[in-house]
Amino acid sequence: MANKVADSISREEFFYGHKACAGCGGSLAVRAALKVLGPNAVSVLPAGCMSAVGFNFPQLCFSNNSIISTFAGTASMLTGVEAGLRARGYKDFTAVGFAGDGGTADIGIQALSGAIDRNDNIIYICYDNEAYMNTGIQKSGLTPFGAKTTTTPAGSNIHGNIRPKKNMFEIAAAHDIPYAATASVGYLPDFIAKVQKASQIQGTKYIHVIAPCPTGWGVAPDATVDIAKEVVDCGLWYLAEYENGTFKLNHKPKEFTDVSAYLKKQGRFRHLTDEDIQIITASRDKKWEFIKKNFEL
Amino acid sequence: MRPYVREKKDFSFSEVPENTSFEAGYLTTVNSGWRSIRPVINGVKCVGCEQCYLYCPDGVISIKDGKAAIDYDFCKGCGICAKICKIKAIEMEAERK
Ligand SMILES: Cc1ncc(C[n+]2csc(CCOP(=O)(O)OP(=O)(O)O)c2C)c(N)n1
Ligand code: SF4
Ligand code: SF4
Ligand code: SF4
Ligand SMILES: [Mg+2]
Repeated sequence: MANKVADSISREEFFYGHKACAGCGGSLAVRAALKVLGPNAVSVLPAGCMSAVGFNFPQLCFSNNSIISTFAGTASMLTGVEAGLRARGYKDFTAVGFAGDGGTADIGIQALSGAIDRNDNIIYICYDNEAYMNTGIQKSGLTPFGAKTTTTPAGSNIHGNIRPKKNMFEIAAAHDIPYAATASVGYLPDFIAKVQKASQIQGTKYIHVIAPCPTGWGVAPDATVDIAKEVVDCGLWYLAEYENGTFKLNHKPKEFTDVSAYLKKQGRFRHLTDEDIQIITASRDKKWEFIKKNFEL
Repeated sequence: MRPYVREKKDFSFSEVPENTSFEAGYLTTVNSGWRSIRPVINGVKCVGCEQCYLYCPDGVISIKDGKAAIDYDFCKGCGICAKICKIKAIEMEAERK
C-alpha cells in the first residue's frame, strides 16, 4: 500500500537507538527532518534533550555528521559549518540545527538573529516542548501561560507560569527571513513538506515545530501525537508559513475543539481554574483575530 | 541499512577518539529493557499503510513483505504506533520475562 509521505523521504534512519523517553515528540521531529534531508545533512545540536539522548559515548545515534554546540551557539555553529564546508568545495549538504525552546527563544536568540541577519544558508529547527526539559522542566520563554514547571509552581496564589509564550515564528519573520514556518508533530506530513520546502530555499530558514514531551507535560507516552494534533485543533497553535513578506495560514480548523479539554489532559495544566482557562481562551481568540487580519487564509 | 549494535569491545585510553564518537551511527547498547508493554502486529489485519512507520519516534518499524515489522531491540513500547493504526492491527501486550 503506497504511502506518499513515506515515499517522499529516505527509508534510512539517521536518528536511531537514541535514549529519549518513550514517546518523545522532539525525537520524532529530529528523526523525520533527517529523513527529509538525508545523509548529507550536517546537524548541530546545542545542550538540550536531543543532544543528551543522541550522544552517549561511545554510542552515537546520528548516522549523519552531527555535532554538539554550546547552548547559545546553535546558529553561529551552523554558520561556521556552512561556511567551512563551502570553503572546502562541498556543494551537496545541508547545515541543519535542532534546538529546544530554551535554546532558541532564550539563550540562542542572539546567534539566531545574527545568522538570519547575514542570511546564512542554513535550516534552523526549533523543537518546542515548552520548557527546559533536559534539566528537569524549568520555564522557558516558550512555556505557555498557566503551565506548571519547577520554576513556575502552581500554588493557591499563583497558578503556574504568569507570562504568555513568546512568538518566535513572528520574531524570525520580523527579520524578513526568506522562509519561516510553524508546524506540529501531530501534523507530520505538513512538517515534512515544510522541511522539504526549506531545503530548496537559499538563505536562512526557520521552522518551529511543537514537539510534546510526555515527561514534562504529564501525558502518557502514547499521547504525544494526539496532543500535538489537539493543540492545533483547539487553536492554541497554528500551522503557517512566512515567505516573500507574506504570512500564510496552512490549516484552518472549521471549528475549534475545546481548549479546556486540551488543557485538562495534561498534568502541567490540571490546576487551572475556570478563570485561568477563560484567559487562555480569550488570548487564543485575540490571536486568531490577528491571524485573520494579517495572514493569507 | 539501519544502524546496528556493535560487538562490545574494551578499548584503551589511546583509542578514545578526540571527537564525539568512533563513527556516525555507532550503537553499543539496546533500549529494549525500557519496555513494560510491547506492540504486536497482527499480520492478518495489517495492510502495510506505513502510518506507524512514519510516526514511530524511534524509527524501529519497517515494512517487510507488505506488513509492519518491529525492531524489538530498540522499541521502547510507547504505544504511539498502536494509536496511529486506524485498523487496530497493533495490540500492546504486557512484556513477559
Ligand atoms: C550555558 C549553559 N547553561 C545551562 C546549561 C544547562 N542545560 C543543559 S540542557 C538545558 C535545557 C535545555 O532546554 P531546551 O533548550 O528547551 O531543550 P530541551 O532539553 O527541552 O529539549 C540546560 C538549561 C548548559 N548546558 N549550558
Ligand atoms: S524529557 Fe521530554 S523532551 Fe526530553 S527526552 Fe524525555 S520526552 Fe523527550
Ligand atoms: S499503521 Fe497499522 S495497517 Fe498501517 S502498516 Fe502499521 S500496523 Fe499495518
Ligand atoms: S511502541 Fe513506540 S517505539 Fe515501539 S514501535 Fe510502536 S511507536 Fe515505535
Ligand atoms: Mg525544551
